Amino acid sequence: MLSPAEQAALDAELPHYPARRALCIEALKIVQHHRGWISDEALRDVALALGMTPHEVDSVATFYNLLYRRPVGRHVLHLCDSVSCWVMGCDGICDHFRNRLGISFGETTPDGRFTLLPIPCLGDCDHAPSLMAGNRIHGNLTPEKLDRLLDELD
Amino acid sequence: MARPLTEHIRHDRTPLDLPAYERTGGYQALRKALAEHAPADVTEIVKSSRLQGRGGAGFFTGMKWSFVPMGPDAPRPKYFICNADEMEPGTFKDRYLMEGNPHQLLEGMILGAYAIEAETGYLFLRAEYHRCAEILAQALADARRAGYLGINILGSGFDHDIHLHTSAGRYICGEETALLNALEGRRAIPRAKPPFPPVVGLFGKPTIVNNVETLCNIPHIIRNGADWFRSLAPGEEAGTKLYGASGRVNLPGLWELPLGTPLREIIEGHAGGMQKGHRFRGVIPGGASTDFLVEEHLELPLDFKSVAQAGSRLGTGTMIVLDDRTCPVGMVLNLERFFARESCGWCTPCRDGLPWVEKILQAIENGHGREDDLDLLRHHARMLGPGRTFCAFAPGAVEPLQSALKYFEDDFRRHLQGRGCPYRHSPAAATA
Amino acid sequence: MPTLTIDGVAYPAEPQKNLLQVSLSHGLDLPYFCWHPALGSVGACRQCAVRQYRDENDSRGQIVMACMVPATPGTRIAIEDEEARLFRKSVIEWLMTNHPHDCPVCDEGGECHLQDMTVMTGHCTRRHRFPKRTFTNQYLGPFINHEMNRCIQCYRCVRFYRDYAGGRDLDAFASRNHVYFGRSEDGALENEFSGNLIEVCPTGVFTDRTLKNHYTRKWDLQSAPSICPHCSLGCNTLVGARYGGVRRVLNRYHHHINGYFLCDRGRFAYEFANLPIRLRHPVLPRPAAAKDGAGRPPTAAEAIAAIRTRLRRSRGLIGIGSPRASLESNYALRRLVGPDRYFSGLPQGESRLIAVALDILRDSPARSPSLREIAEADAVLVLGEDLTQTAPRMALAVRQSILQAPAARVAALNFPGWMAHAFQNAVQDDRGPLFIASVDATRLDDAATAVLHAPPADLARFGFAVAHAIDPEAPPVPDLDPETADLANRAAEALLAADRPLVLSGTSLHHEALLGAAANCGWALCRRGRPAGLGLVVPEANTFGAGLLGGRPLREAYELVESHQADTAVILENDLYRRSHGTDVDRFFDRLETTIVLDAVQTATTARADILLPAAPASESQGTFISQEGRAQRFFPVLPPTDPVAESWRWLGHLHPDEARALRSQEAMLIAIAAEFPFLAGAREAAPSATFRLNGAAVPRSSRRFSGRTAIHAHLSVHEPKPPEDSEAPLTFSMEGTTTAPPAALVTHYWAPGWNSVQALNKFQDEVGGPNRGGDPGIRLIEPRNVPRAYHNAIPPAFNSREGLCTLVPLHHSFGSEELSRLAPAIAKRTPPAAFSLSPADARERGLGEGDTLSIRIYGRPVRLPVRIHPQLPRGCVGFPAGWPDLAGIHLPTEGHFE
Ligand SMILES: Cc1cc2nc3c(=O)[nH]c(=O)nc-3n(C[C@H](O)[C@H](O)[C@H](O)COP(=O)(O)O)c2cc1C
Ligand code: SF4
Ligand code: FES
Repeated sequence: MLSPAEQAALDAELPHYPARRALCIEALKIVQHHRGWISDEALRDVALALGMTPHEVDSVATFYNLLYRRPVGRHVLHLCDSVSCWVMGCDGICDHFRNRLGISFGETTPDGRFTLLPIPCLGDCDHAPSLMAGNRIHGNLTPEKLDRLLDELD
Repeated sequence: MARPLTEHIRHDRTPLDLPAYERTGGYQALRKALAEHAPADVTEIVKSSRLQGRGGAGFFTGMKWSFVPMGPDAPRPKYFICNADEMEPGTFKDRYLMEGNPHQLLEGMILGAYAIEAETGYLFLRAEYHRCAEILAQALADARRAGYLGINILGSGFDHDIHLHTSAGRYICGEETALLNALEGRRAIPRAKPPFPPVVGLFGKPTIVNNVETLCNIPHIIRNGADWFRSLAPGEEAGTKLYGASGRVNLPGLWELPLGTPLREIIEGHAGGMQKGHRFRGVIPGGASTDFLVEEHLELPLDFKSVAQAGSRLGTGTMIVLDDRTCPVGMVLNLERFFARESCGWCTPCRDGLPWVEKILQAIENGHGREDDLDLLRHHARMLGPGRTFCAFAPGAVEPLQSALKYFEDDFRRHLQGRGCPYRHSPAAATA
Repeated sequence: MPTLTIDGVAYPAEPQKNLLQVSLSHGLDLPYFCWHPALGSVGACRQCAVRQYRDENDSRGQIVMACMVPATPGTRIAIEDEEARLFRKSVIEWLMTNHPHDCPVCDEGGECHLQDMTVMTGHCTRRHRFPKRTFTNQYLGPFINHEMNRCIQCYRCVRFYRDYAGGRDLDAFASRNHVYFGRSEDGALENEFSGNLIEVCPTGVFTDRTLKNHYTRKWDLQSAPSICPHCSLGCNTLVGARYGGVRRVLNRYHHHINGYFLCDRGRFAYEFANLPIRLRHPVLPRPAAAKDGAGRPPTAAEAIAAIRTRLRRSRGLIGIGSPRASLESNYALRRLVGPDRYFSGLPQGESRLIAVALDILRDSPARSPSLREIAEADAVLVLGEDLTQTAPRMALAVRQSILQAPAARVAALNFPGWMAHAFQNAVQDDRGPLFIASVDATRLDDAATAVLHAPPADLARFGFAVAHAIDPEAPPVPDLDPETADLANRAAEALLAADRPLVLSGTSLHHEALLGAAANCGWALCRRGRPAGLGLVVPEANTFGAGLLGGRPLREAYELVESHQADTAVILENDLYRRSHGTDVDRFFDRLETTIVLDAVQTATTARADILLPAAPASESQGTFISQEGRAQRFFPVLPPTDPVAESWRWLGHLHPDEARALRSQEAMLIAIAAEFPFLAGAREAAPSATFRLNGAAVPRSSRRFSGRTAIHAHLSVHEPKPPEDSEAPLTFSMEGTTTAPPAALVTHYWAPGWNSVQALNKFQDEVGGPNRGGDPGIRLIEPRNVPRAYHNAIPPAFNSREGLCTLVPLHHSFGSEELSRLAPAIAKRTPPAAFSLSPADARERGLGEGDTLSIRIYGRPVRLPVRIHPQLPRGCVGFPAGWPDLAGIHLPTEGHFE
């Protein structure tokens, strides 16, 4: 079952689409927002709420980059590895992650604090290299700037 | 020089709120259109303005709108969609427009919707643009409150509302038919064309999809007329264009310039030239899926036609500059890895061809390349060309590959001969 | 004639079709994967690339996918274009980057479309030198084996399973080169048509798990055309066998019936014929058997002699026929015992139902539709029948019908219907009218415009109301509640507005009024000038065949024995314990002097036999079934029945006391049937006779590529034994195959040079996706007749639930209700346990929850079963599982007392 907060968020979107099924991605995002990731149970909850089967929902959920079907850390850091950031040295930032936190792309720190994921171009190319932490984009990254950012995130 | 789209955008990019936008003449075009023009007239004006889509393909906007069935017997509802998925690597222009002047976009959308008599609009925004989402949500609420959206807009009898849809992340969502599937809550697999979206689109109904920048032009065209718009550019093509540059230039950024501004003027003028210690080697002019241009092209006017004639595409007009200390093979590898990863998995050449390309490039980069790898890469560049794959994704994906093989063959050969990358993974080294 | 050009040759243009279909139809080889004639084009695999030229002056042209381009006049394409060829080869090369290189040990090998297409494109050298990606496989239940590494991402599986069959537990997951086809989690595929994945998948991802249990190379299978014996629809099958056992069943294309698809019951039930409960030898009473000493089972001759002796001594012989036995066998029995002493093998109620159904169809202005016509109907009313469970393939046809009306609505958009995704996008959730009136929820409800769940009597009343709403002359229904009346009006309106309206019903609820109501609807539509279809589902493969031979109801047989007018009974392939209440049957057997039973498997009835004759099941028999459509169709043995097993009609022929009057061949049976029942004369033409010759020889059951030959018996002798003879069939037990395609009724393999998979079917059709070359098999015996028919007017009173009482309604299950299929191990794994189904209200009133035990007194006998709560079941109705042995022999309709 969706929580009341999840249900309310879904209900708010409902009138904007002519078909319930069209809310699938929306619903998955809502659930992920509240639960951090999309577990099998979350999948079933969404399916129930939209009159779909878990298989159908999973088919959609596994397609999109930003829907997590595995548990993630408290902070998901999306480091852009697209072309402008690559030219401007995102590999170095990646190395810095490995040195400082011991994680590479797709991995979570053992303390469950950080997950590092690659992300296509964040539209911040004039400030490359760039990463997204939560809702914020941080550009002109240097190892020092990254250190400061990581320290700020609990 | 006229900069209709960006002149009011503030330096710190704090968005123009509704009153501020209105002070710049905002929503005058909408008032005018509702009062003076029938929907078909709006389409006609846009048609004669010769506005070309700024999403990458350069299709004539007015022409696209004119394919929508009109009149009382037309299927209903109709949809008007803004494509704000902006995920083309190297592209950051739509974000700028949305963050800086959200109402300009909304006014463009409402005008477009009016032109095709659409009752519902969607703003399809890429997931990562959280700030845009906040700004647009606010702008939508304000516009609704002011009567620019909703029932009986400005007393005209025209009803329209726009919903903000944020994506869940996937480059292919920017392809307009994949976008429709995403909006329907499905896997974002592109759709076969024909039928085209203006006839069978979102939820099976007539639908127009336009890029953010395209739509930001509409209020200005309606307000100032088609002639004015055409006069903005020096050549045959009309209006201004947001050009951008990233990479090792001194002043990476974004500039609104007449469509057809020469490449050199942008790189050496607006972008401040190459960073110290770096020389210009080439550029992909319009996002990741365009062919390299090189030194010989520096005088090229960057308009759709000229760039096409030079063997590339204007694309999004946001260029990524390749310098002499960055490995072209590495850069192409980076691009192809992106494309292989973002392939939707629908058609064979794209799904299975691109990963192969990626693996070959990786092998070359790692010093495991073989002599016939270049032929294999060329084979792929040719076989993934237009018409052979299901959508334009793969043809776009191999554009930088095929041109890199043309312009930087020596670099590929040096990798093969030297058993690895002669640039010693330059970008990271260069940062240090 | 407007033409198009392929490789410089002009062909007729066919704008309604695509270039791939047209090319294949003209015998040109063009490889493809994602396209399927029944599923349309989606342009995913890119395998069918050709070069298209704008006009005569265009020398450059461009590469297009043939499956996505309509064959409009003036189109010019080149299949043999260098670039197109190279591209097609590249597509295979890409598919092969991850495909395992295990053809020699792959269970799809030799029947693999991917293998064929690889050879066709000429790809042979591997250039991809990187590791392949690998997937984990899933457990998908007893029918289907999953081997994802073989997948080439053509998307056919999900397009069939989801888009065509309405399944919702198989999907595509992830993306890029990691697309995965399966379920969200392991588990049996729920859809009743999952077995088609085996044929739909062009490679070996979904394979037949039952075949895997006793695997054999597919080219080494003997194969014969058969008719599915597990429901009344008469789907055409190809039965494959080796080493004396049936190994698998494949779909045999019939344009008008099953098309490309079978149901899982029909595909996986064959295993019953391999079980130890098969009867392989006659069983004689002790004294006779003792004579043989040594425990040797009696031979056929001994059994016949023993029976003849008994028959001579008998003071009254009766014969009990069977709706699951062939027309020939029933007739042979009737002939043995005489028409007066021939019994249909059905209880009174059911006998009557069948007679009513036949009466309705035989003189009906409404046409008994083929499955194809059902799929093409544009408004459907289903009255009382849970089609998925009682006639599964028909449910699949109905599921297609709901797209007919939307198709007409999007026709104006000017793209052809085979553009599958464009069609879906245009149509969205728009569906044509389908009204389903059933007791409980059905698996088709999701496709319905509206459903009515009500007790049988109220369903009938609804049906009568629909008829009345269509034609006011039809009798009105008194005291109809406004809601039902409103629904009836809506259904009537939809049917009247349709171009091809259709009414479907059947006998599964044992409610005669339903048949009358359905007939009224069909006839009312005809009276209003609509070309209506009227289809009735009956229980078994030859219910109509047996029904047409007449035969008295079972009860009268019991009475005859009770009154000592008979002391010997011959029971033909019929388990009387499934027909009548156990105590009645016991009493019947107790009173009989001699019970002679013919059957293929042990049943409760064979256990009571004094003499038992091993009958051949359909897979080892030749005979004729008459389907619910009224179509006579022939099946042929894939295996020679191993002596002494024989077709029942053969046994019965031998039993005839009068040698002169005895009929010894199937052909003779059919001639005699035609003489006695002119109406059945057509049955003889259902397939070519035994004298048919193809290139001077009978049609071989072996494949062209048969490799077994000497190996089969090598452990005994390296000399090839003489193959068994088959004088009855136009087929032969050969050791070689043929390259020539026989008439469709005799097709044993789909094979053509370069085409080793089932896709070779292309070469057997005049036009791909169209009728079989030379016409589709079978003879329709029932055609609409414009005779005045009086409306049925036995309208039942509204259902009234009474305190302490319930109405027992049979709930059918695709896997479990049919007698023979439920024996098959794979089917048994999908059979739910027996239970009483209760409405939530009834459960609440009795304080019962899911799984609690409920006792209901039926005919004074308490039956205890666990409770299952069915939310849609009407109050006062208790569902019991039809065909489960625990509850066999309940005469319906009946009431039960809650205990
Ligand atoms: C793979 C792919 C990605 C695309 N991504 C975008 C995008 O992010 N934003 C966009 O506006 N158009 C994108 N397009 C182009 C759209 O399909 C479409 O042409 C455009 O939105 C139409 O708008 P316009 O006519 O205003 O340019 C993409 C096209 C392809 C093939
Ligand atoms: S499993 Fe078979 S049918 Fe499904 S996509 Fe893969 S190859 Fe095609
Ligand atoms: S068969 Fe034509 S693209 Fe697959």
